[in-house]
Amino acid sequence: MAEPLIALERICFARSGQTILADVSLAVQPGRILTVVGPNGAGKSTLVKLALGLLRPDSGSVRRGPGLVIGYVPQSLSLEPTLPLSVRRHGQEAALDRVGAGHVLARQVAHLSGGEMQRVMLARALLRRPHLLALDEPVGGVDMAGQAELYDLIAALARQDGVGVLMVSHDLHVVMAATDEVVCLNRHVCCAGHPEAVKGHPEYLALFGSKVAASLAVYTHMHDHEHLADGSVGHIHGPDCHHG
Amino acid sequence: MVRSATFMDRIATMDEFLARALAGGIPLALVAGPFGCFVVWRRMAYFGDTLAHAALLGVVLGALLNVDFGIGIAVTSLAVALLLAFGQRRGPLASDTILGILSHGALAVGLVLLALMHDARINLMGWLLGDILALDWSDVGVLWAGGAVLLALLASQWRPLVAVVVDEDLAAVEGHNVQRARLVLMLLVALVVAGAMKVVGVLLVTALLVIPAATARRFARTPEQMAALAALLGALAVALGLAGSWRFDTPSGPSVVVAALLLFGAAQVVGRR
Repeated sequence: MAEPLIALERICFARSGQTILADVSLAVQPGRILTVVGPNGAGKSTLVKLALGLLRPDSGSVRRGPGLVIGYVPQSLSLEPTLPLSVRRHGQEAALDRVGAGHVLARQVAHLSGGEMQRVMLARALLRRPHLLALDEPVGGVDMAGQAELYDLIAALARQDGVGVLMVSHDLHVVMAATDEVVCLNRHVCCAGHPEAVKGHPEYLALFGSKVAASLAVYTHMHDHEHLADGSVGHIHGPDCHHG
Repeated sequence: MVRSATFMDRIATMDEFLARALAGGIPLALVAGPFGCFVVWRRMAYFGDTLAHAALLGVVLGALLNVDFGIGIAVTSLAVALLLAFGQRRGPLASDTILGILSHGALAVGLVLLALMHDARINLMGWLLGDILALDWSDVGVLWAGGAVLLALLASQWRPLVAVVVDEDLAAVEGHNVQRARLVLMLLVALVVAGAMKVVGVLLVTALLVIPAATARRFARTPEQMAALAALLGALAVALGLAGSWRFDTPSGPSVVVAALLLFGAAQVVGRR
């Protein structure tokens, strides 16, 4: 296997005597998508910040490949409303077209919807031609139709451009299919591996409850329809929906 | 007020006073506009007030140690900026609490020291409200030269500073030194406030920073537009305020702020969003 873009080894991190992460290791390879799932308070965002170098671990090491360029999309950007920013400034046309946000080019960032904002932030991250994308809840505030589109886009970035992706999500439905490796986190790594293997793991079932876990069957996005601009979708994926 | 020959001289040379006031007020406004944008974006208005209050202590210390007022003000302003940066990083207290302690603590110490200095020749009202008409040509030169240096420094740090306003984490990931940008901004704003003290005074310094920037927000589509527009609006407020002060015999500092306020009000009526 190639040298990982980024490798976290035996990370421990505590704040005010409270252990947030204990003995966490993971590595992201080029062209591969690693998704961290876990309940609220599991330390997912802290893990991303440690990977980005925004926080320093109490023990353990974070190794980044030489000259690694990271594109980061934070969980939610609370933009200062008095700062006038055009979308144009955030991402050039080509990058915006790629994330399906070309039509908002002339708008002010402050006037974007949650989903549009996520796309623009993704375009901004892509402009840096990153080797690694760090995405903290990349589909927050995006409707169901848009979520699948965004995950498709992220998958395409990994497959076609060889970008490594470190993604955080609590919404397991859509994530599982688009990901190569899942790390199930609850302050420590409960289990990790291929999505198919993780979803049957007892620790995973204990964490999310077997009933919930059963409903989180691997979802494969079907490319047999277009998501229209008005948000209409022909098919709703219910709890018993098992796509081949 | 001593009505003497010097007062008559002032009347006779009012044109020159006005020209000098304008020549000193314009560069101040041109600098205060762009820095005021950051004060608005970063919500530093109380920081500006604190600097101004501490600057009065600087004036008193300057008189006590027999050094130039400007140096005393600059030193106390920088000390406040550094103490705030230190307090934010170390202690559990919120920024506005630290500012409340620094602001009113410095003001009170300044006033007590002033009362203890029996032979001090400090015009308290002048420092509280500013006295732009007391500027001499060397002050004007300092304002232009200092303003040019401050704007050049701001321009050189523009990208990291705007990135920090957008999002500190994002700025850090994109390779900007966030801690340095924050400190640089605080120190530069401290120097702007020090420069503005003599012109608009302790009570009104923040107005010169905040009001033109807030007025510019309605018309700007980019951060650069907002900064440039704030500078022009500030300069216009200085010109209008001084004209009004001359015409209606009102104090210069408050007149400039009233002019800025009128421009702000007009912008609310005609401005687009």
